[in-house]
Amino acid sequence: MVGIVIVSHSCKVAEGIYDLVMQMASENDHIFPAGGLEDGSIGTDAFKIREAIEKADTGDGVAVLADLGSGIMSAEMAIEMLEDDISVRIADAPVLEGAVSAAVTSTSGASLDEVIEAAEEARTASKLS
Amino acid sequence: MSSKIYDCIEKIGNCIIGNKEFLTELDREIGDADHGINMARGFTEVLAVLPKDSDNISEVLKKTGMTLLSKVGGASGPLYGTAYMQAAKACAGKTALAPEDGKAIFEAVIAGIQKRGKAVRGEKTMLDAIIPASEAYSAAIDGGSSIGEALDAMCKAAEEGVEYTKTIIATKGRASYLGERSIGHQDPGATSATYTMQMIRDFIKG
Repeated sequence: MVGIVIVSHSCKVAEGIYDLVMQMASENDHIFPAGGLEDGSIGTDAFKIREAIEKADTGDGVAVLADLGSGIMSAEMAIEMLEDDISVRIADAPVLEGAVSAAVTSTSGASLDEVIEAAEEARTASKLS
Repeated sequence: MSSKIYDCIEKIGNCIIGNKEFLTELDREIGDADHGINMARGFTEVLAVLPKDSDNISEVLKKTGMTLLSKVGGASGPLYGTAYMQAAKACAGKTALAPEDGKAIFEAVIAGIQKRGKAVRGEKTMLDAIIPASEAYSAAIDGGSSIGEALDAMCKAAEEGVEYTKTIIATKGRASYLGERSIGHQDPGATSATYTMQMIRDFIKG
């Protein structure tokens, strides 16, 4: 099953999204939040993200959902620093909606590309129609 | 006795830590009010973990970059982390640096920051200080200036770059949410990058 990592500047946001996601995708036990810095302050930590990616991978790859600016940069650095050969893609999607779509899609046994595609569809999905 | 590279990083770190409030204030105007706090936290950790006596320039720079990457938290973590790690690569195997090495370091640092931040010159970022500084430094070295003159030209161009950031709209990072309201404010990242270059100059010129 494709693993999912939820990156946010805030530990609470990442964990909160994780809680929400798990309501709908409890079959996937390879979803991990990676929010905030080690000491709990606001920020993103490439090492923490790398660790989450390593835990999330079962061999089917990992989709990363990230929030603002440096979330993406730290995720990119985390991927560059991976020592194992893991397929990882960052979704160009809003972190919460993207994570929900990605997680639900992953539980159907979808491929990494399909999970990323589902996450990115969340970017254009209208909430009012 | 501490090594020269440690002393240089210490000088940069102390300057950043000393300007924590000012950098944060600049970031409060157009960002998320954390640049000084984040950079100071990063350099406090850097000064705590760096080996004082290593003259392996590349290793010390790499350790600086890795520490900033994990401790800074905001966009400046990956950006300065990348900058120091790229500088480390450009210095691989060296225990002393010549003026020409400065050009290679600039080239590697700029390429790394551009790749990481997907930014170009003119977007109100640290690149608006670093790129002109690099050009001024290289032109001076190529033109036969002394290292002292080249470093002065570098800092002058960086300072002008910071002034230039006041005149333009931010299109990258948190400041881009402000659009035209970002005009009139100098960029915090360009400012901290300029401090870095000023400290390198002061260190080398003694």
